[in-house]
Amino acid sequence: MAPPKPDPGVQAIAIRTGDDIVRVRQAVRGSAVEVGLSLVDQTKIVTAASELARNTLDYGGGGLATIEIVRDATRRGVRIRFEDAGPGIADVELALKPGYTTGRGMGLGLGGARRLSSEFSIASEIGKGTRVVIARGK
Amino acid sequence: MERIPILKIGAALVVTIQVDMHDRVAMTLQEDLSTSIVASGAKGVLIDISALEIVDSFIGRTLANIASISRVLDAETVVVGMRPAVAITLVELGLALPGVRTALNAERGMALIRQRLAALGLTDGDGPAEA
Repeated sequence: MAPPKPDPGVQAIAIRTGDDIVRVRQAVRGSAVEVGLSLVDQTKIVTAASELARNTLDYGGGGLATIEIVRDATRRGVRIRFEDAGPGIADVELALKPGYTTGRGMGLGLGGARRLSSEFSIASEIGKGTRVVIARGK
Repeated sequence: MERIPILKIGAALVVTIQVDMHDRVAMTLQEDLSTSIVASGAKGVLIDISALEIVDSFIGRTLANIASISRVLDAETVVVGMRPAVAITLVELGLALPGVRTALNAERGMALIRQRLAALGLTDGDGPAEA
């Protein structure tokens, strides 16, 4: 069977090393420019993506980032989904609080990414993994 | 691997970050700067981030760490050239870079470092000020 035709508006980037964090940043920047986000909005969504890509690597043991350009009747923007099959987050509300960290970070990543995004959702299951979706549009 | 060059100008070390800061590059810079401060006896460190399109919490923490390490090693760090969009994003992220001195551009940053040298009785060169 022929592989499905890739959608040019969707990019998937595997997150396995620190280099992949830079790759995610560059891809998100490219999509944000393409869709015409302002410089501040570009910077916010790229920074949020950088935080979440690092979380995926450090806490999720690696995973996948899917970057999608959203164009519908009312808005245009960039949506990014981060998925890992890591240990999951026991208390999501707690993890979103500033300063909360279980690792070597500053505890700004998850809550900071939420503040920098206009759309944010998180689903996590212990032992199964975590999925975070963010978007920023105009 | 990729390394950010460190220039010595008088009693200051000058770093211009021109690459998309990979986590490992940031860690290497922190170590290289610490070594250079001790080896050169520099009293000031100027870090130009005008080419950086984003500063996330990792890069922000690295800058804060460099400032703290420099202070312990008797050098003052000034971060210069932050883009407006980066400043807006950093504050919204929750990172206000406490303990990091900033200046609008390299010229003003060098002026801050010279002020410190003058206060210490040093000139822009290495030796003590001439009487």
